[in-house]
Amino acid sequence: MLYLYKIKQHFSPIAVATSSSLSAGFFYFFTEEERLFRANDRPFNLSYHYADNAIKTSKYNLFTFLPLNLFEQFQRLANAYFLFLMALQVIPQISSLSWFTTAVPLILVLSITAVKDASDDINRHKSDKQVNNRMVKVLIDGELRNEKWLNVQVGDIIKLENNQFVTADLMLLSSSETVCFITLTSIALSGEVRCEPPNNRLDKFKGTLTLDGQTYSLDNDKVLLRGCTLRNTEWCFGLVIFGGPDTKLMQNSGKTTFKRTSIDHLMNVLVLCIFGFLASMCTVLAIGNGIWEVREGSVFTAFLPREPGANAALSSFLSFWSYIIILNTLVPISLYVSVEIIRLGNSFFIDWDRKMYYPKNDTPAQARTTTLNEELGQIKYIFSDKTGTLTQNIMTFNRCSINGKAYGELFDFSGQRVEITETARVDFSWNQLADPKFTFHDHSLLETVREGNPEAQAFFRLLALCHTVMPEEKKEGELYYQAQSPDEGALVTAARNFGFVFRSRTPETITAMEMGRTVTYELLAVLDFNNVRKRMSVIVRNPEGKLTLYCKGADTIIFERLHPSCNKLKEATIGHLNEYAGDGLRTLALAYKDLDESYMDEWRQRHHEASTAMEGREERLDELYEEIEKDLLLLGATAVEDKLQDGVPQTIEQLAKADIKIWVLTGDKQETAENIGYSCNMLREEMKEIFVVAANTADGKQITTTHIISSIIYMIKAAHIGVGISGQEGMQAVLSSDYSFAQFRYLQRLLLVHGRWSYLRMCKFLQYFFYKNFTFTFVHFWYAFFCGFSAQTVYDEWFITLYNMVYTALPVLGMSIFDQDVNDRWSFQYPQLYTPGQLNLYFSKKAFVLCMMHSCYSSLILFFIPWAAMHDTVRDDGKDLADYQSFALLAQTCLLIVMNIQLCLDTYYWTAVNQFFVWGSLAAYFAITFTMYSNGMFLIFTSSFPFIGTARNSLSQPSVWLTIFLTSLLCILPVVASRFLFVQLRPTINDKVRCHMTQTIASLLYTPYSYNFKCWPLLVSSFKEVTIT
Amino acid sequence: MGKVKGKSGPLARRPDNSAFKQQRLPAWSPMLTATTVLPFFYLMALICMLLGVWLLLTVQSTQEIKLDYTEAGTCDMCFEKRKNVSNAAQICTCTVVFPIKKALKGDVFFYYGLQNFHQNLRRYMDSRDDAQMVGRKTNLKNPSSYCEPFMKDPNGLPIAPCGAVANSIFNDTFTLTYHGSSGPSIPVPLLRKGITWYTDKNVKYRNPKNDNMTLAQVFEGTARPLYWQKPVYELDLLDPTNNGFINDDLIIWMREAAFPNFKKLYGVLYRAKQPFTKGLPAGNYTINISYNFPVQYFRGRKEVVLTTLTWFGGQNHFLPIAYLVTSCLILLIAIILTVVWWKFGKNGKRLEE
Repeated sequence: MLYLYKIKQHFSPIAVATSSSLSAGFFYFFTEEERLFRANDRPFNLSYHYADNAIKTSKYNLFTFLPLNLFEQFQRLANAYFLFLMALQVIPQISSLSWFTTAVPLILVLSITAVKDASDDINRHKSDKQVNNRMVKVLIDGELRNEKWLNVQVGDIIKLENNQFVTADLMLLSSSETVCFITLTSIALSGEVRCEPPNNRLDKFKGTLTLDGQTYSLDNDKVLLRGCTLRNTEWCFGLVIFGGPDTKLMQNSGKTTFKRTSIDHLMNVLVLCIFGFLASMCTVLAIGNGIWEVREGSVFTAFLPREPGANAALSSFLSFWSYIIILNTLVPISLYVSVEIIRLGNSFFIDWDRKMYYPKNDTPAQARTTTLNEELGQIKYIFSDKTGTLTQNIMTFNRCSINGKAYGELFDFSGQRVEITETARVDFSWNQLADPKFTFHDHSLLETVREGNPEAQAFFRLLALCHTVMPEEKKEGELYYQAQSPDEGALVTAARNFGFVFRSRTPETITAMEMGRTVTYELLAVLDFNNVRKRMSVIVRNPEGKLTLYCKGADTIIFERLHPSCNKLKEATIGHLNEYAGDGLRTLALAYKDLDESYMDEWRQRHHEASTAMEGREERLDELYEEIEKDLLLLGATAVEDKLQDGVPQTIEQLAKADIKIWVLTGDKQETAENIGYSCNMLREEMKEIFVVAANTADGKQITTTHIISSIIYMIKAAHIGVGISGQEGMQAVLSSDYSFAQFRYLQRLLLVHGRWSYLRMCKFLQYFFYKNFTFTFVHFWYAFFCGFSAQTVYDEWFITLYNMVYTALPVLGMSIFDQDVNDRWSFQYPQLYTPGQLNLYFSKKAFVLCMMHSCYSSLILFFIPWAAMHDTVRDDGKDLADYQSFALLAQTCLLIVMNIQLCLDTYYWTAVNQFFVWGSLAAYFAITFTMYSNGMFLIFTSSFPFIGTARNSLSQPSVWLTIFLTSLLCILPVVASRFLFVQLRPTINDKVRCHMTQTIASLLYTPYSYNFKCWPLLVSSFKEVTIT
Repeated sequence: MGKVKGKSGPLARRPDNSAFKQQRLPAWSPMLTATTVLPFFYLMALICMLLGVWLLLTVQSTQEIKLDYTEAGTCDMCFEKRKNVSNAAQICTCTVVFPIKKALKGDVFFYYGLQNFHQNLRRYMDSRDDAQMVGRKTNLKNPSSYCEPFMKDPNGLPIAPCGAVANSIFNDTFTLTYHGSSGPSIPVPLLRKGITWYTDKNVKYRNPKNDNMTLAQVFEGTARPLYWQKPVYELDLLDPTNNGFINDDLIIWMREAAFPNFKKLYGVLYRAKQPFTKGLPAGNYTINISYNFPVQYFRGRKEVVLTTLTWFGGQNHFLPIAYLVTSCLILLIAIILTVVWWKFGKNGKRLEE
């Protein structure tokens, strides 16, 4: 799992309880404090009204969909705001625009969202139905009957078979693999369970089972959770503890945390600023209206009488709201929809990327969250797990130290280390049960074992006995090991090949083949591994009756518990361990201890008491373990290699060049971690000082640095992007991640290509989008000074309606989905291109202010040039051209053309789609305009399309086109000039790389024999790609 | 996300290798380089210069005479008279004399102009019923409520045409007389028809269908607008194609001006007879005005404009001058850009790391 961060101050997670968690709340009519039920006693259990096993993740049904969905949608601020605007438009005195200008976009947005919600909910209904109708065998009236999952009740006894999903949260009663300590019948007759009420803690469970007057404790180990699958077990019986919504799985689902990108935060701030700006603009206009009404309006009443009771003050107040309606395009509803569409598009590109697809396990990259893409272009910190994320998590037994002698490394006669791949493998063919995939190169170790060296034999005996691996022997002699951790698997496999074959286990015995001889050990106790103990022990009795404790664990832990007689051996082993750590290997120390019978009996008695205790069970067990695991005799140490994944060093180097700081969290020894750091390019010599500090904090020993730990934990818990490496690591990491792929090296593509592009695209989108809407709106502002601040619009109402939705929607989407400043190869070649994102350079408050100023300039040009050109002009046949409708058409045509040219200037990457969108939108504008201003439309919908004939009469005039041309020139040329100047004087990294790219391609195209050598390979590969397509 | 595909086998989930999905669509990535930007600026400067000169010559070839008659000549009397509302019904005519020093050649267009009259106020512009004026009978008798307060007259009769726009129609009339250096005064013939947009005359405005009824009968049951002296069906009794809603003066007034200062076409010189076949000859002219429209309330001005036209329209100097100024600006920017490029960008030092 990787955690990606941008900047600290954004770590503010916002937890939002969705309605599904609310609906789960409806099941409780009372607060459950303790759950009490009887096995196989439905009438008794039903009286408590526990939730049955039916689940409901869907939100709506046919009747509740419309009201509920609309209610939810109007809880969004933007939608509510537009509803408010629509309400304003209904008031005739205020309505400056027809209702449809707001209603059409709002309805469109609402229905798109509703359709999406509906399809999501239909899928949930389907999956609910499918899950609820799965069949399971339930013990009813003394026989097993097939029942649907939804009919399973708390207290039912059910039977699961291999590879079946666990139906509900179960208490495991018996299975094919374990020997039952109580008979099913007695449970079914009189078992009574008391346990904690439903909760979402996966790691804790507490309860008691009362049976025949005796009380047994229940803990997490005896519980099977819904959502898991039964594996390697023929069958099992379980008692349903929690059903349906009460299961830990469901208790944990439904609570989604909205993660927001820094662009989101910026956008929220900007939208608030815009609202403030809107209010102040409307205030200015309202004051203007008041003044105008006093000075001009009062003497114009002969032609336009005021409404009864109206005066300048009221008119001013009303015009404030009228202008709120007109100028609402500053914050158009389409902003949010477009942002979602762009993010979705970029998520699809991540899913589709072949270069992040791992063919070996058929895993494509997956954007599990579609709302965080642009944040990927602004990452500053990466926190990474080591095992399974940087490494392959495939462990190989590499070296060992037995009784002070090191094995696994080869030296030639001069004492030089020999590359082990050059030497012959050890031949394990004498061992029928050896794993053919296991390789080892030091022949002396096998010889030592076969000679009967007692320490070497004890060493491998320990490895064969002290573990939690499950064997699987489908055919005689074909052994498979199911290991919880790959380290264990590697060690047990090593023991197997060296002649100590672990073959089978029962709860009470372990059977091993020792040098061809079957030996069955009695298993007396397993002292579990955990993160605090960092060791694991087993106590076994061999056929001769000898009691031995075998212990393996972290070297520091084991060394603390050694008998003083081992001191000399300890020194030698430490030397070897340091060597192994220096090579980046994972090490474990092995030790044993013989026990005497009487002590063991007494210890076992105390152990039983402790393990059934209700109070302080864990502490008591820890004490007991601590007591017995001392005065151990050292056997040696193992070294296991966890190979780095392909391309990890290169990836880390690339990310470092992109100025991304990488933190790796590991439980390894300091030396091991350090060497891994060097081998994957993360560490250079001068960085050592800092790393040490960090390694110490990982141990948690130094108080001075504990604040670093707490900040790390805080960062991991707080808002972040999680990236899961699918494959070796557990699926849990993938399921809870926002992005997932199969190999660590794909991270550089995710960040440096997809992330960077997403960020670039989003910034370009916002900048252009604000520009186009501000310019559009500001023109109304200037017109107010000519129309008595009467809230008259400059443009045709239909143009206002369609501007954002139709005329300018697709070109900007095309740019924001397809644009690339440089292609992926150049993005890799210049990781520095990533740094502007970390510094928020592409879009910030400053850029926003500049964008507003640019809009202001453009709107001045777009209003006053047409005004000056038209106000005293007539057509070439003397007829009217300075009328309102012709002016509106001219102003909107100028605006749309300028906006399209500006978009062309902003677009770096012109695909056919972009061309189509730009030209198509312009063509659509003219086609729609001519249609709406046609005779037919007027005669059918007379009051909606009063602009009849305007397009024909106005656009046929040369003076109109000359005005459009001049307006466009004056809007665009300053932009071109300033951009050109910036490229010449203060080129950004993007400009430099783009220039380099252009020159390289040009030099290749025009002078094929004198190419730039450095860039040649790059171009060859990019040309190759072209030929493939 | 990805869809469930019908594929199976070891590479079942491999994404398609299409240029679209791999973001490798063939594309054109233009850059703002000196070789494109600098020539473009010089070219634009040249184009603007040529356009500016051409337009300037075109505009200079037109002639225009503007005459503010609000208080000119004998009209000051009428101006005073119209200040009093009670005199509204009284007729007042006045005369203004003006010379034309240089003959206006070709078609001459006669406009009336108004200043500070806001035809573009939102409530004013909304106050009309297009459905009524396109001849819908239901709207004739039940005009849209947008026409308020000019929807019905005090007796409750629907007003036709309803609304503030029609109500405030410009109702001064003009006759122009030519006084040659010798000979008698000749009235200048003006064509008062065919001066509207074709679409307005033929589509947007229609009289209600009359099924052999006279226009007056069709409009029975409606009232004339409050400020009008005569009903809409008497606007031109001589020509049924210029009467009622399709009266040219009404149509022209109904096309609201975008700005408070505007001029509207009144007539075109009829050039069939001497001495007007070549336009308006030089000499003295008098203009007789039936002075009805009150402008003193809103501090407005009234004027008449006589002008000749070209393909570019009337005498508007803004565009030619704007093009010339823009041309100079572009040239200036182009020179600055060239200098900057020459000094900093040419050898590409700053563009290379």
